[in-house]
Amino acid sequence: MKVLDTLTRNRPWSWSFLAAFLTWAVTAAYISGSGGLALASTALSFATFFVMVGIGQMFVITLGPGNVDLSIPSTITLSAVVAMMVMGGDNAMILPGFLAAVVVGALVGLFNYGLIRVLSIPPIIATMSSSFLVQSSAIALGRGVKIKPPSALEWVSTAKIAGLPVLSLGVVLFALGMAVLLNRTVYGRSVTAFGQNVRAAWLAGVPVEQIRYLTYTLSAVLAAVCGVFLAGFSGGSSLNMGEEYLLASIAVVVIGGSSIAGGNSNVPGIYGSALFLFLLVAMLNTFGAAAGVRLILTGLIIVGVVTFAGGRKESR
Amino acid sequence: MTYLHFFTSARFWRGVLPALSLTFVLLGVFWLQPRAMSYFGLNLLFNLAVPIALATIAQMFVIAVNDLDLSIGSFVSLVACIGATWLNDTPLLGIAALAGCVLVYAALGALIHLRQLPSIVVTLGMSFVWSGCAVLLLPTPGGAAPDWIRALVSFKPPYVPMPLIAALVLALVVYFGLMRTSWGVLMRGVGGNEKALTRAGWSILKLKMVMYSLTALFGIFAGLTLVGLATSADANIALRYTLLSIAGVILGGGEFVGGRVSPVGAVLGAMTLTLTASFLSFLRISPDWQIGAQGAILIIVLALRAVVNRLEKR
Amino acid sequence: MTTEIMPPLIALKGIRKVFGAVQALAGVDLEIRTGECLGLVGHNGAGKSTLMNILAGTLTASGGDLEVADTNQGKGYSVQSAGHLGIRCVFQELSLCPNLSVAENTRIIHPVLKGFGWRKRAGILIMDQLDLIFPGHGISSGDIIGDLSIAKRQMVEIARAFTVTDTELHLVILDEPTSSLDAQVADQLLAHIRDIASHGVSVILISHLLGEILEVSNTIAVMKDGRVVDLRAADNFDRTSLVEAMGSTVVAEAAPRRDAVPASAKGEERVHMRPPGQPDDQSIRAQAGEVIGFAGLAGQGQTAALLSVYDGHGVLPSTGGEAACCFVAGDRQVDGVLPLWSIRKNIGISSLKRLRSGLLVQGEREQELAEAWKDRIGIRAPDVEAPILSLSGGNQQKVLFARALGSAADIVLMDDPMRGVDVGTKNEVYAIIRQEASRGRTFLWYTTEMEELDYCDRVYVFRDGVIAETLSGDDITEEKLLLASFKQVAEPA
Repeated sequence: MKVLDTLTRNRPWSWSFLAAFLTWAVTAAYISGSGGLALASTALSFATFFVMVGIGQMFVITLGPGNVDLSIPSTITLSAVVAMMVMGGDNAMILPGFLAAVVVGALVGLFNYGLIRVLSIPPIIATMSSSFLVQSSAIALGRGVKIKPPSALEWVSTAKIAGLPVLSLGVVLFALGMAVLLNRTVYGRSVTAFGQNVRAAWLAGVPVEQIRYLTYTLSAVLAAVCGVFLAGFSGGSSLNMGEEYLLASIAVVVIGGSSIAGGNSNVPGIYGSALFLFLLVAMLNTFGAAAGVRLILTGLIIVGVVTFAGGRKESR
Repeated sequence: MTYLHFFTSARFWRGVLPALSLTFVLLGVFWLQPRAMSYFGLNLLFNLAVPIALATIAQMFVIAVNDLDLSIGSFVSLVACIGATWLNDTPLLGIAALAGCVLVYAALGALIHLRQLPSIVVTLGMSFVWSGCAVLLLPTPGGAAPDWIRALVSFKPPYVPMPLIAALVLALVVYFGLMRTSWGVLMRGVGGNEKALTRAGWSILKLKMVMYSLTALFGIFAGLTLVGLATSADANIALRYTLLSIAGVILGGGEFVGGRVSPVGAVLGAMTLTLTASFLSFLRISPDWQIGAQGAILIIVLALRAVVNRLEKR
Repeated sequence: MTTEIMPPLIALKGIRKVFGAVQALAGVDLEIRTGECLGLVGHNGAGKSTLMNILAGTLTASGGDLEVADTNQGKGYSVQSAGHLGIRCVFQELSLCPNLSVAENTRIIHPVLKGFGWRKRAGILIMDQLDLIFPGHGISSGDIIGDLSIAKRQMVEIARAFTVTDTELHLVILDEPTSSLDAQVADQLLAHIRDIASHGVSVILISHLLGEILEVSNTIAVMKDGRVVDLRAADNFDRTSLVEAMGSTVVAEAAPRRDAVPASAKGEERVHMRPPGQPDDQSIRAQAGEVIGFAGLAGQGQTAALLSVYDGHGVLPSTGGEAACCFVAGDRQVDGVLPLWSIRKNIGISSLKRLRSGLLVQGEREQELAEAWKDRIGIRAPDVEAPILSLSGGNQQKVLFARALGSAADIVLMDDPMRGVDVGTKNEVYAIIRQEASRGRTFLWYTTEMEELDYCDRVYVFRDGVIAETLSGDDITEEKLLLASFKQVAEPA
């Protein structure tokens, strides 16, 4: 019991890994044989994309109540469309395409921040309104164009070395970097202080507006990068490719043990819960559960986790 | 306060803005397509506005207590699915299921209040649950709306088209209930100053549960109207209602916090949003830009409001 | 003394209230008789508002007995019970819903206002009281509270407390009711209080304006440190004796504290600011090595002046650079503490850029900084990794001091940081402030505690957002301060 208690307090993310492992073990035992390893490999591939957007969303959610980025799915789609158009299937154009996607992300981030600052509206409404515009741009640009990704991008997104997806190795390194960013840099510390108490952070010398701007930009840029790899992974962009990432990006943050009230987040939990979310779906598929059951379970897990973790306690 | 003062006040402009935007878009439609200026044309233009208006009112109840419901779209879809299956085949089961939904909403209100949870995350989780139920109930598009609902929504009264009457009745009923009765005062008070109500001895928990139940009730009306108009349902039929309903409340002059909402404005806002789609198609603007246009309208209205508020502060 | 024949309407016996480690009420005994007007005075934090919240049922006492009409109310005493007993309270921060109209706000405190025509009845009810108390008020029952001026909101809140429907009115508590009313309207209210008391309704009046208290009260109770320290019939008090009773009776320490900072440490001017709306040519000036006090009644613009300096207004360009100022919060939970962090991170947040090597914040260097200050300022905690919320209030306050003093800032802004801090901690912090000043730091110090002004080279007394008086050197005495603080009451405009 004591071990459990310590785990919950000091390593809130360990639960997501435990849950991921258990779902994997159950599924692997059911399908038996080498299927388990293949499943693990697939899980690593898919988790990659959840992790990329999840980390961006995590930084935003760390800023505290009301901060959430709803424009992630549309940014994924738009940046994928733009990148594919710039690349035009040509390996030589990969870098410019990539840069174009990053610029798209940076612009969306700037736009989101501008709406929040200038119109002084809640972030949720700002990012929602901008997602309408971004989605429309993506539809207008991308309708009827089906461009295959350059072969090198496709290779990077799908290749495996000794059964391990190449991209997932990159994302492990990326997640490590983001953990350092969160815990060891002035920026990360400032974001965490912001989420605990904006006013106290400001009075302690944190440049709060700058931090807010950087955070919304980071989230949008990560979504844009995710969009490029996702297009490479699935053989081109499609107009609904971002759809499932709205709920998933928030779900991985919540399940990963980051506080939804802000100011207390962790990167490993994002990875653990990304694996868990994929493996849960895989497990239910293996057992032949209907799509509806999958959705219901995901929803109940999210509600259960927030209820268990609780909101911000009222202090006197 | 002089009359001149009133007509230049920020509150006046906030209140008039929704009606002005609707008139503006409506005139635009008539100008582009004079044939719309008929009984049949109006019917066609506003038919789909009714379920959206109902969903907007549902969203408004949650916004009035400073929360947000991100699951209303999937909830309305589920109701439509229940309407096209159980309610048609085994009406008692259907009614029981809908009543159960109201109870779940009341429980959510209690949970959010007692544990001080962010409504955004809880309702986001619930949107999975509602969608899941809808998919289980109706894995592929289909089903059939009960005849009585179909008859109700396609009723053709003389002179004035049904959607306009429905919108008017909806606006008036909710306006009376929320803005004029002594209980409506308490419900809006929750959004205004929770502490004041607690100090006067009222239970915030009960009031919030009532508001969430009302959201469910109007969500049910929206789903049933929608399935009546569409005659069949699918699990994704109303997903975009989540964003539309929030946009409708805001367009209608509601504020995100502080319990300042306007039922009449919300109905007008929902009608404006519906009409914009037609307006754009009459303009031959590609349907690709429809969502974008809705976003742009929302941003423009919020910007106008920011300007009004800033002028007021001066 | 007042007549003892009538039984008290309300008797408070040994009422105590504890918030965490802070004792807000340390056993209050007080009686209120029918038709009596009791004036309640005392400095900020003396416990007046806490006591009234207990009487109104919005807070539960930690101990003691509350008797109303000879009946002990016991543990179950609540807002509802207070309502049924005819007790109403006008709170310091208003309890109106800004999105509702005047009539609608009246309905909130009257459950019986319902059914057909409630709006009209509520309107008549509140308008009658407004007309009675504040003739010529210019408010109508349909006005939305959010659109009214602060003064009109306060008038509505006061009038609402006097409205009667199904339960008889016995006691009205008014907590700083005139804080945003002008003199004429305040007089209307005082006249009404006298009138209604003569009709058998008891009134408790809390006010910083001693003139008001002396004018309307039958009895005056003086509170200090959570206790009633003086209780007399109003005739036995005058302004001077009242100020004396409120003030510190402890004889100041013998050592002349102000001269502890050698004149040699004082140097270049760092701050020169005029509060907006300052009618005369007084302005805030501060040199290196000076300790400058901001005094006056609470909420007279001292914090606003500090925040304005924090934002860079009036900070002379020769000082520091971007981080010229640091801020020590007084309201720890709202302005200071980062609740999820350890002591180390709470101290380090203001010095992050100096603690970097390359791009990364070095934990060891942060730990060195935190430990150095933990020792120097005497934070009582096992180690610097302890969560800040595990500390007592006084030690949390020391962490906030360590955060500010550990930063590179030349100007230290202090927003009444010693609120609710024990004497031992205070003396330790005073010593450090003296040391730091002698090293050339500038302190701007808003304080509500008289004895702290003894450490200041110069004191600006605030009133209504501007400087009412500048005191320096031997002129800084409690008497002169109180006179300056209550200036406008002493000499009505």
